[in-house]
Amino acid sequence: MSEKQTFLGWIDDRFPLTKVWNEHLAQYYAPKNFNFWYFFGSLALLVLVNQIVTGIWLAMNYKPDAGLAFASVEYIMRDVDWGWLLRYLHSTGASAFFAVIYLHMFRGLMYGSYRKPRELLWIIGVIIYLAMMATAFMGYLLPWGQMSFWGAQVIVNLFAAVPFVGEELSIWIRGDYVISDATLNRFFAFHFLLPFVLVGLVFLHIVALHKVGSNNPDGVEIKKNKDENGIPKDGIPFHPYYTVKDIVGVVGFLIIFLGVVFFAPDFFGLFLEAPNFEPANPLKTPDHIAPVWYFTPFYAMLRAVPPMFGSQFPGVVVMFAAIIVMFFLPWLDKSPVKSIRYKGPIFKAALALFAVTFVVLAYLGLKPASPILTLLAQIFTALYFAFFLLMPWYSKMDKTKPEPERVTG
Amino acid sequence: MKKLIAIVLLSVLPALGMAAGGPSVPLLEANNDLSDQESLQRGAKYFVNYCMGCHSAQYIRYEKVAEAAGLTEQEVKDNFMFTETKKIGSQMISSMDPDDAARWFGTAVPDLTLTARIRHSGDWIYTYLKSFYLDDSKPSGVNNTVFPDVGMPHVLVELQGLQKANFKVETDADGNEHKVFESFEQVKAGSMSPEEYDAMARDLTNFMVWASEPMKLERQRLGMWVIGFLVILFVLAYMLKKEYWKDIH
Repeated sequence: MSEKQTFLGWIDDRFPLTKVWNEHLAQYYAPKNFNFWYFFGSLALLVLVNQIVTGIWLAMNYKPDAGLAFASVEYIMRDVDWGWLLRYLHSTGASAFFAVIYLHMFRGLMYGSYRKPRELLWIIGVIIYLAMMATAFMGYLLPWGQMSFWGAQVIVNLFAAVPFVGEELSIWIRGDYVISDATLNRFFAFHFLLPFVLVGLVFLHIVALHKVGSNNPDGVEIKKNKDENGIPKDGIPFHPYYTVKDIVGVVGFLIIFLGVVFFAPDFFGLFLEAPNFEPANPLKTPDHIAPVWYFTPFYAMLRAVPPMFGSQFPGVVVMFAAIIVMFFLPWLDKSPVKSIRYKGPIFKAALALFAVTFVVLAYLGLKPASPILTLLAQIFTALYFAFFLLMPWYSKMDKTKPEPERVTG
Repeated sequence: MKKLIAIVLLSVLPALGMAAGGPSVPLLEANNDLSDQESLQRGAKYFVNYCMGCHSAQYIRYEKVAEAAGLTEQEVKDNFMFTETKKIGSQMISSMDPDDAARWFGTAVPDLTLTARIRHSGDWIYTYLKSFYLDDSKPSGVNNTVFPDVGMPHVLVELQGLQKANFKVETDADGNEHKVFESFEQVKAGSMSPEEYDAMARDLTNFMVWASEPMKLERQRLGMWVIGFLVILFVLAYMLKKEYWKDIH
């Protein structure tokens, strides 16, 4: 015992090990009333680690070369020991990452986790989301299948719609006039780099979280009610209480996640699209190009906007605006209360409609465009933006209930 | 608000039907069984004899065929490998030069390793193998209902014989006329009865489905253990959480 203390003391004199452990785990006080929705933060971290670990091992056998990439993926699937498992963990992990993050963000919307004093926490989160999208987009090119190639072609061409500099910009991004070996090489380089940027951003996200403390389903600040020792009365140490609780969440998540990995890794063509089992062919455009499901809400919004003055640029602006608008959310919500539990019927309806809107847009983005589907996409794009842009008014006029003093369990 | 949601959702429904296009010919069910090693053996034999003249399955090594179909390496060497230079670890590559193939057939001859995954399942392959019909307007004399204007000749004609397709003309809502496939009619018998040919097509499909994802049975087998373990772990984790949390109110 004394030996251990001495050793720990030696470390602590040189590195704040015990201090960090206490501040962020053993004496980090989290509200005691976290519910189901609070699993997704730790699950997102788990999936990020999964992506990095499996990704590094995949990179050991993958060839970022237009002539070899497709075959190297099949080599991993067939000839590398456990290669198929690494690859399915990674491909399913990409979809799981977005699923978990969408639920994590929805939690934030429900309980007002973006509100003061957590504005910066939310903003860092949106930056993480953007970095994730960039990582996933570049990663999707790497198998060099038909959908990889044509999906990248469509998305990079969006940059060509930027007025004046668009053409140059898209060539600069591709490193070529079409998606080619040069593009594949740089996308691989960024796909390897960005996850570590993500780790850095997640670190900032957690630092910001631990500065302001966690929100909770009641949306009340537990730091307002402290006992004589300065410990929030409604707080419990993150470790061991939430570590043991999160283990339950992790195992529950793994049952679903590994269920997909082992029994439906292509997930009915949603996680691994059938045309992507055909090698990239620049001379053969697939009948229907659709991004992977987690991008389709934004793709639907892009297609919903008709070209103006012979340019696709307005659609591109709308698509990026759909993400940029999230940054302003903390200042759009004027409600006196944070949590959905005490917000009025208007906000509840708006949030429910927003969730439906997101799912419908995701569906529409998967389908080939047709006049009626485009009309629907236009309606739901308007609803998407209305949720954010009208929030200052509807959140203010809503009939809210009074927040409780303490969390309600 | 709820009414509005209902109206919107109802208006989406007809769109769903319209968007769900796909092939105009319904696919037959292959009902292939990956665990049937004899079927895989026969499928490999048909594949080597009838397909590999032109098509490769370049991501498959012969030793994997031996493993999956329950054959010895010698059996695979004797029955499936006709070139002296090939080793048991060699890939299943056709001896036809791809450039020649492109010249002769007017299109590149696709590799067949992943066809079952490109086409979502074995059903398409099974239907395709059964859907060649006489069409004098084509250079090869045949066409295919699930792959219209296919460049491939009917290489299984000696087994299946020849059939012609009956079409009916339908007029859609916009007044456009479409030829709709109705049925096949055998015009010349092959060396196999229709039942034997179906069984052959099923075996060949089975082999190609295996080839598209050789680890499928293994991952499902492992998956049972993994999920079983996690379910037990879940119960333990839940009990641990309960124990820790019993004094939090």
